[in-house]
Amino acid sequence: MLSRTANHLYWMARYIERAETTARLLEVGGRSALLPDIGGGFRNDWEAILQANGTLEMFNEKYSDTVQRNAETFLFFDADNPSSVLSCLNMARENARIVRTALTSSVWDAINGAFQELKQFQRTERSKLQLSDLTEWTLRSTALIRGCIETTQLRNDGYHFMGTGFGIERADNTARLLDVKYYVLLPSVSYVGSGLDQSQWVTLLRSMSAHRAFSWTYPGELTAAKIADFLILNRMFPRSLLSAVQHSCEHLDHIGRGYGGATPAQSKVREILAELAEAQVKDIFDEGLHEFLIRFMRQNGDLAYTVHESYLQGMPT
Amino acid sequence: MLNGAEVRAAYESLERWHKSMPDDLRSLKQSEAENLFKRVGITFAVYGEGGDPERLIPFDMFPRVFTNSEWRKLDRGIRQRAAALNAFLADVYDRGEIIKAGRIPEHLITKNAAFEKAAIGFRPPRNIYSHIVGIDLVRTGADQFFVLEDNCRTPSGVSYMLQNREVMMRMFPQLFVENRIAPVDGYARLLKKTLASVAPLKCDSEPTVVILTPGQFNSAYYEHSYLADLMGVELVEGQDLFVEGDFVWMKTTEGPKKVDVIYRRLDDDFIDPLCFRPDSMLGVPGLMSVYRSGGVNICSCPGAGVADDKAIYTYVPEMIRFYLGEAPILENVPTWQCAKNDDYKYVLEHLSELVVKEVHGSGGYGMLVGPASDKSTIELFRQKIIENPGNYIAQPTLSLSACPTFVDAGIAPRHVDLRPYCLVGETIELVPGGLTRVAMTEGSLVVNSSQGGGVKDTWVLAE
Amino acid sequence: MRLNVKHVTRYSFDTPARGLVQTHKLIPSTCGSQNILSWTVTTGDAIRGAAFRDSAGDMVETISVRGPVDELVIEVIGEVETVDLFGVLRNYRETVPPTTYLRRTRMIRPDTALRELSAAALEGLDGDSALNRAHALARAVNEAIEYVPGATEEMTTAAEALAGGKGVCQDHTHALIAVAHAADIPARYVAGYLHSGEDAMGEASHAWAELYVQGLGWVGFDASNRCCPDERYIRLCSGYDAQDAAPIRGIMNAGVKEHLDVSVAVMSQYQQ
Repeated sequence: MLSRTANHLYWMARYIERAETTARLLEVGGRSALLPDIGGGFRNDWEAILQANGTLEMFNEKYSDTVQRNAETFLFFDADNPSSVLSCLNMARENARIVRTALTSSVWDAINGAFQELKQFQRTERSKLQLSDLTEWTLRSTALIRGCIETTQLRNDGYHFMGTGFGIERADNTARLLDVKYYVLLPSVSYVGSGLDQSQWVTLLRSMSAHRAFSWTYPGELTAAKIADFLILNRMFPRSLLSAVQHSCEHLDHIGRGYGGATPAQSKVREILAELAEAQVKDIFDEGLHEFLIRFMRQNGDLAYTVHESYLQGMPT
Repeated sequence: MLNGAEVRAAYESLERWHKSMPDDLRSLKQSEAENLFKRVGITFAVYGEGGDPERLIPFDMFPRVFTNSEWRKLDRGIRQRAAALNAFLADVYDRGEIIKAGRIPEHLITKNAAFEKAAIGFRPPRNIYSHIVGIDLVRTGADQFFVLEDNCRTPSGVSYMLQNREVMMRMFPQLFVENRIAPVDGYARLLKKTLASVAPLKCDSEPTVVILTPGQFNSAYYEHSYLADLMGVELVEGQDLFVEGDFVWMKTTEGPKKVDVIYRRLDDDFIDPLCFRPDSMLGVPGLMSVYRSGGVNICSCPGAGVADDKAIYTYVPEMIRFYLGEAPILENVPTWQCAKNDDYKYVLEHLSELVVKEVHGSGGYGMLVGPASDKSTIELFRQKIIENPGNYIAQPTLSLSACPTFVDAGIAPRHVDLRPYCLVGETIELVPGGLTRVAMTEGSLVVNSSQGGGVKDTWVLAE
Repeated sequence: MRLNVKHVTRYSFDTPARGLVQTHKLIPSTCGSQNILSWTVTTGDAIRGAAFRDSAGDMVETISVRGPVDELVIEVIGEVETVDLFGVLRNYRETVPPTTYLRRTRMIRPDTALRELSAAALEGLDGDSALNRAHALARAVNEAIEYVPGATEEMTTAAEALAGGKGVCQDHTHALIAVAHAADIPARYVAGYLHSGEDAMGEASHAWAELYVQGLGWVGFDASNRCCPDERYIRLCSGYDAQDAAPIRGIMNAGVKEHLDVSVAVMSQYQQ
């Protein structure tokens, strides 16, 4: 298939995944605002959310107050914020539009429908829009798109480039959220195990729709080690790093088989997968969670680069 | 309705159909049609007009009907014209017999901006230059058609012909049961066959055909992707192709793949920055070298536009006689060329009765419709003509036929034209039908979609 | 006269270019005034192909280099036997109708000043021979634009050069084409080499115009040197203007700064 087509499909998937992550963050922020201040009220939760989204600096340049309404506008509607739901869905739709013929009509309808509805929201008076409606709408729309891809797309190379995009973006998003929690949100090591620490872990789990799954899987006290195990190494949890990399690996394997030969992309993803499959939480904490996550994100970034070099530019070097 | 007189037999079932359709059902159907167009994404962007780049082209549900015998004449006339235009191109880029014979003045060709030096002395595969010929026709009487202009480069609009039919069949299946309407959906297969048949000699296996588009911001991008999809070929941009050695390659996920035939929807000027405009980012550097050395074919061939120029148009009947030795089946609209002294005088004296067009204009821009213009507009145009007579031609306003068209108040006649698409490869192919464009405002003669014109499904009744 | 040419063009890039494509017209064709004894073009590791002779009689070849590339050296070495035909292009194979060379490009579009220069040069010459009229135009351009290197740039148009009154061979040639067009005389740009003695203007890499003279065909006029090409000239290729006639046209992937280093030597070797 045309490299540019594969590139658009791959990025379409990455933007859909990213839109979903931003919507989940918004949901968490909105929910936190309903809860009493556990940490003593000295820290604004929206700031933490923006930090996790990687856009706090940009937000501060544009808005004076980190109040809910501003954060909501910024994370959902702001076209200048490249991670806003609007920006991500616009980009996803633009990528899809360019390669429309590589998509089934139901996938295109789902993406284009979301885009049209979003335009409708933009025209609606803001006071009539509930935050929960917006986030639920986003999760529903992205789920619909995924569902259409799963049930209607031909299992050809295009499908697997989308799958690779979902996997790589998801691995990056989970690692980023985890790292931000551990390294940025917690003001000092002395808070480890405190009420603030606990509430932030819960927030993090919530952002991945995982707090109940976690409780089922790990009985007893909530600890950093258990959460790290869950979010990094658990094969059952679909957003764990291991699951996400496994996802990328499966799709890249299909591509390699379809083309009758592997490229450096397959070796790269196997290398990451092998390490995760062997890893223990203890080793990760020995290395330092932050150090481990930074290394992982770099590896995942290398994988994205290798995929690009091997397939998406059309001239293997 | 035709000529205000009796309703033609072919329209009888349509009469029953629209009379049996109450207003509310009609508007329901109309919005259903619009939704169908919106869902497939068929839109029309107009250059430089701003606004919504994904605006819909108005669709009129009332089909236009040709009887089989009417179509047979058109069919013969169109094929004849497409053959003559290609013979003309093959001649002017080679020996120039028609010039030597004194039938067409040399300067009209060599000084023409569309005449391409890079195309001289080179024979493209099968000696065909224009592979998709769009011929714009109007009807002025029961059996009288005039050709308004020829389009030899990359005529657009065929996706509307196909989509209009799809939408009509989906919404009004009963009409297609009651009437035997010749299908048009073979077009994509014929187009692919035509393009594959003009692969260069160096291609020794199943030819790889691609469509080259300027990109998603082009007004006809939808059509490019639609045709690529129907034909099952890649839709490429310049950046997807590169030249290496004797061939053109496309960048794929499996590495470079050789390309044999490029159906380009890009103007000559932009296809190769090493041969034409150096600032073009849309083309493929070195493409012309590969083309000229026989490594790839480009459809239409660079320089094909010299045959569809409005100044050359006048000579098409002459071409038919000269190359084919036949009498022209379709007539030209009588045309005055302001470059000629006598014509110039006549035009200036009769501006209020004439339609004046720019020689190189298109899309209905830069045009004067005398009878529909006020005095000051006419005077302004008069100055333009005086400043640069060679840039203008004039034609009489024809009493164009009108077709029943849905309007707010029900059904009313509106002016229409027709563009059939003729495919020229190993054989000449023409699907029975074309794109009917309709002027949506009363009395208007301008059917261009860039100026608010709409489209209709075009029926040719099967025998 | 037997002339030896060595023409080296060296492109070097600050950051390696991802890829590079060029179209070359670097091989002269045999005609009445020149016989090519030997001619080689080397282009390093570049992949060559898609070679053909174009309608104007020039050999065209496209080369490409897959990146990364930080340097490309193009070397032309050749030997040519020349005779003086007073600028007349004879025994030359081409298929472009001469009137095609009335096409106006940005570089050669005549403005009012160029049209006036053309009219003034031809004043009173209505009944004169086509050749004399062409000479008058070349003379007028030579007098109107002084040969001053560095006063103009690659993209300077004929109109701008005339307005500035200074220029190099490219400007003289563009201006001569423009004044010829103003008089409805087909004219084109020729790129080539000149074995310059002490008094000739211009460098070894040179340009002049050809005007279509009724009865004679294409005739060269070097407005810079106020003469017609003789045995010191080697004709390489032609086009509407300098850009169309460029011996090397190239495109590089974006964002790369290129340095260009050209050396040309033309030496003569008198026969025994």
